[in-house]
Amino acid sequence: MKPDDFDPDVLMDQMARFLGLTIEPQYRAGVAQHLCSARKIAEPLLAFELDDESEPAPVFKP
Amino acid sequence: MTEWADKTAAVIAAAVKTGTVSARTVVEAALQRIEQRNPVLNAFTDVTATRALAKADAVDAVRAGGGDPGPLAGVPFAVKNLFDVADVVTLAGSKINRAHAPAAKNAILIERLEQSGAVLVGALNMGEYAYDFTGENAHAGPSRNPHDPNHMTGGSSGGSGGAVASGMVPLSLGSDTNGSIRVPSSFCGLFGLKPTYGRLPRSGSFPFVASLDHLGPMARSTADMALSFDAMQGPDAGDAACADVPALSLSSALGNDIFGLRIAIAGGHFQGDAHVEAHQAVEVVAEALGTNAVIDIPGAAEARAAAYLITMAEGAALHLDRLKTRHADFDADVRDRLIAGAMIPGAWVTKAQKYRRHFRQQVLKLFKTVDVLLAPSTPCVAPLIGQKILRLSDQDLPLRPNVGVFTQPISFIGLPVASVPVWLEGRRLPIGVQIICAPWREDICVRVSDWLERQGVVRAPIAAFEGVMA
Repeated sequence: MKPDDFDPDVLMDQMARFLGLTIEPQYRAGVAQHLCSARKIAEPLLAFELDDESEPAPVFKP
Repeated sequence: MTEWADKTAAVIAAAVKTGTVSARTVVEAALQRIEQRNPVLNAFTDVTATRALAKADAVDAVRAGGGDPGPLAGVPFAVKNLFDVADVVTLAGSKINRAHAPAAKNAILIERLEQSGAVLVGALNMGEYAYDFTGENAHAGPSRNPHDPNHMTGGSSGGSGGAVASGMVPLSLGSDTNGSIRVPSSFCGLFGLKPTYGRLPRSGSFPFVASLDHLGPMARSTADMALSFDAMQGPDAGDAACADVPALSLSSALGNDIFGLRIAIAGGHFQGDAHVEAHQAVEVVAEALGTNAVIDIPGAAEARAAAYLITMAEGAALHLDRLKTRHADFDADVRDRLIAGAMIPGAWVTKAQKYRRHFRQQVLKLFKTVDVLLAPSTPCVAPLIGQKILRLSDQDLPLRPNVGVFTQPISFIGLPVASVPVWLEGRRLPIGVQIICAPWREDICVRVSDWLERQGVVRAPIAAFEGVMA
């Protein structure tokens, strides 16, 4: 993952439209920071290889 | 009269039971202490004095009639304001919820504590919607650390920490999704118990991340943690995640030695970047317990990442409609994080939930060779209120997301943990150490915590704070 390829403002604007969220100018820096932090923190998880058969933790029991 | 406010729950309950003191006297002492200290510490958002005095009188009437007033007779307690309190609005730290109708009934854990003779005296300040490690709140003002009011209580159960550390109450309840009981217990110098996920029912509490939310007690002694846990456990149909498991008597775990327990320091991620106090505190506890063994916990950084993403996404899902219609009414720090959370890819969150099962299996294997793992509760002592940056190894990191770096991987897989308070020599502020055990073994957490307390290694004195700021 190359963080320099990622522009949080572009994602923020498109996702806000997709979700119907309003992002006021004063929210932008904070939202961008959290998107970048999350992407950085996610790196080791995304790099970890799980088996195709892995089940998520919450299993619904009817 | 306020001397009764200095006592632990166990001492109060024994004195009320034998008639040494009335529940009314104890509750009046707590109310007086709250009046003195809360104006600066800002732990309470509601004080339910009328209800508390009526309940205290009811406890005294049971005793006067020859009945058993219960194992927590006359013990004042308070709850994070995400617990439903009958006739009080459940704020969950927010401005938005102020418009809600008052709760129709008490949360199940309040009911159970009151059935055991305890007396609710109010609701406590918290980080908005529990998405917080600071104890700051844009709407109610920050809760302040009784050991130094210029410092954070830690969050999100900040008021729960401040109320107990200042002697306003001997016992409080908090919630812990990623560390919100253990962080304020560390910063405020308290014993805090985050039970196994699914142990204590969450019925009647405002949620944050359903797949990670836990409730538990904070206190100034291990015995008080144990007493309150014993009164609160048991399944409830109102919580889909609550497990129907055999009850434990944590009070029976008190007074034992630690002979035969296999104890190790958690290595790898848990020995990573932190201020020197965090690792020193673990060393002090490990030395007292006679261990220097270190066990690596592979995959803990990935676990922390997975918990982080699940929290962002589930938190955002809970608040999505409010983010659309009431975005200006959120605490800015919480709102920006929730908006970002709404944009986290579903594939990342699903992978995080799959990783949760994988990590659980890995850690359960470790518990075949060890009974107790030790790790810091926080990477630092309580930061100053308003501090935004945590400096670790010459790196400036945003403080809010990083305070939970050691708590988050543990709650991720629901392990029971007692955070125990260490006062390092020459330091003005305490720091916590996590006593981590296998699922459903809260009894071992308590056994170790109690043993350390009896050796004088961990302790939770009431802050010297007298009601004004220096």
